[in-house]
Amino acid sequence: MAIETRVPHESDLETIDINVNVGPQHPATHGVFRMVLTVDGELVVDLDPVIGYMHRGNEKLPENCDYRQVIGYHDRTDYLAQFNTEHCYVEAVEKLAGIKAPERAEYIRVILAEMNRIASHLMLFGAFGTDIGLFGTSFMYAFRDRETIQDLFEEVTGERMMYNYFRPGGVAWDLPDNFRQRCTQVLDSVERGVEQLDGLMMENEVVLARCRGLSPVTPEDAIKWGLSGPMLRATGLRHDIRRAEPYSIYDRLQFDVPTGKQGDVYDKLVVRLEEMHQSARIVRQALETMPEGPIMAEGLKRVLRVPAGEVYMRVESPRGEYGVYLVSQGSDKPWRHKVRGASFSNLSALRAMSVGNFVSDVIIILGSIDIVLCEVDR
Amino acid sequence: MARLAIIALLVPVTVIILTWVERKVIGRLQMRLGPMRVGPYGTLQGVADTIKLLTKEDVRPQTADRWVFELAPFVIVVPVFMAVVAIPFTADLFIKNLTLGLFYFVAVTGLSIVGFVMAGWGSDNKYALLGGVRAAAQLISYEIPLVMAILAVAMLAQSLNLAVIVGAQEDTPNIAYQLLAFIIFAIAGLAELYRQPFDIPVAESEVVGGPFVEYSGIRWSMFQLGEFVNLVLISILGSLIFLGGWQWPWSVFDKSVPVAAQVAMMVVKTGAFILFFMWMRASLPRLRIDQMMSFCWQLLLPFAFLQIILNGLVLVYGWPNEILIPLSGAAAAGAVYLTHRAARATGVRYQPGYQTVGSVL
Repeated sequence: MAIETRVPHESDLETIDINVNVGPQHPATHGVFRMVLTVDGELVVDLDPVIGYMHRGNEKLPENCDYRQVIGYHDRTDYLAQFNTEHCYVEAVEKLAGIKAPERAEYIRVILAEMNRIASHLMLFGAFGTDIGLFGTSFMYAFRDRETIQDLFEEVTGERMMYNYFRPGGVAWDLPDNFRQRCTQVLDSVERGVEQLDGLMMENEVVLARCRGLSPVTPEDAIKWGLSGPMLRATGLRHDIRRAEPYSIYDRLQFDVPTGKQGDVYDKLVVRLEEMHQSARIVRQALETMPEGPIMAEGLKRVLRVPAGEVYMRVESPRGEYGVYLVSQGSDKPWRHKVRGASFSNLSALRAMSVGNFVSDVIIILGSIDIVLCEVDR
Repeated sequence: MARLAIIALLVPVTVIILTWVERKVIGRLQMRLGPMRVGPYGTLQGVADTIKLLTKEDVRPQTADRWVFELAPFVIVVPVFMAVVAIPFTADLFIKNLTLGLFYFVAVTGLSIVGFVMAGWGSDNKYALLGGVRAAAQLISYEIPLVMAILAVAMLAQSLNLAVIVGAQEDTPNIAYQLLAFIIFAIAGLAELYRQPFDIPVAESEVVGGPFVEYSGIRWSMFQLGEFVNLVLISILGSLIFLGGWQWPWSVFDKSVPVAAQVAMMVVKTGAFILFFMWMRASLPRLRIDQMMSFCWQLLLPFAFLQIILNGLVLVYGWPNEILIPLSGAAAAGAVYLTHRAARATGVRYQPGYQTVGSVL
């Protein structure tokens, strides 16, 4: 009897796509984010993001709080850019209540917010290195510099993470005496560290091969998805709220808005790297021109009552547009308190950016979005 | 038998020391101190870790394929120890000097892959499955350039006996004549050891340890043992066939080299290799699986053939070996240049654009 021998053809083999659950406990999901990947071998054919593990009612709780108590909740929405979020909230309250913060307070806010931007981007570079497979080296180098910035913040506010330092009408207390000298010192060392990170990551052949041309985003798509911040600028659109709608004292500071060309992962990194240098430039200018004077507006009541009305204030946080929408009915508490988190909108593009790429690429695409889950879920 | 027993005892001790060394070296590269608490400068950390691993519960997932799951660590460890048998450490210190030592070594170390696939399949875990399949895909990519690079050396020495290959390098080590093969061997060695940039099967940030994800305690430590013994083996093999093994350079000792000096030389050369592998681990990110495969097939393999052709020309026409120094060096430079260019194929890094005022939105 003849034995039938035939080479099996691809169409004879039944293959199935499998679902791989990544998160909420997974080294690469930056918190408690979960995504369900449908993979065909190594290729991701579908991705289902699942959020909500970090929801703590950060929008509702402040509606039962005094206007000054709410500041603490903004530290906790974006825990990597606390000063930026506080800045947004206090500016919103000031706008609604018609308070004018003194000059010196505005300078202090901008200096701290820009330092915080550097610290946040350093965190991204550290974590991104781990995502792409560097065995913790970029993490340690980035954290060395982030640590010096945090020490500086601790000297100013007494806290390492939840600063609660800005107030409607000014800041809580004045800077320490040697702040100017200390801040310059920190900036010098941080800029040297950024150069080292640049050398470690950006010119590395493996990083180039992995990140260049990976999931490019067109400016049209970026606007459709509501991307903001470095994600938007990486596509080539020059949109920075500090320039588009200058708030605080940004209109008198010299700085450039770096943009990318094709919106791929590499561009997102380059834009952030350049932003760190620009932030350092802003801080140096502000330190030089910072006036002496009061740090708190005169004649504020112990209980802050804000006249009825509504306001939307947005700032450029390290992750993009961070907005606060406040509705007041004249009491000492906000009647409605809505937060627009940049991470949430940026994360919404994850599926469109990831499908069709490899599993390894999805991890670094997620890393390049720079999400903070507390800001996504609020 | 006595030799076998000594080696069997020495190997685990070496591994314990190496885990400490690796943590220290990587710690220093990352501006950390590494282990400092257990013993002076953390020297007893490896011992503490071993005791911890041995006393841990051996967990098996309920849905795992029992025998496949439990046998996989042995399938990985046994071939590695089989390879130790064929490795001469000095001219006199070896278990068995095989005539086909190099061939035996390559054949036996290739078996470990079965263990990886078994662990990946048997764990009934999707990360493990992805890791196991990745390991298999990686093996067929790096193994051929690795074997070709080794073959180039064997051609020149006209032997597969490791002792003879070392003896042939009395005047000049092979790295001078075979620079290209050496580079291919080092890169493929990284892939064989699953170290950055080729730690794709065990990628921590993607498949969370790959085939090992479900293992714990003694079984997990067997994987670790296999990995570190493999590290030592590849390093020893590299120093034997490319760096001249136990031979001292420039004939420091006229004819008879003392055994202690031979051992010292081996330790230095092997240590250099091991430090290279650890250094790469701390400073390179990870490639994607398809990039790794196309790199091995499209770049390493053709260049490995080029080295073999060069060696063949030298052998057929009886040219002096010295002519290989410029030829292989130039080919190595070409390979490095092509890699450099391929990584930048999508364009050079540009200066970001700037705008000082206004917004386009």
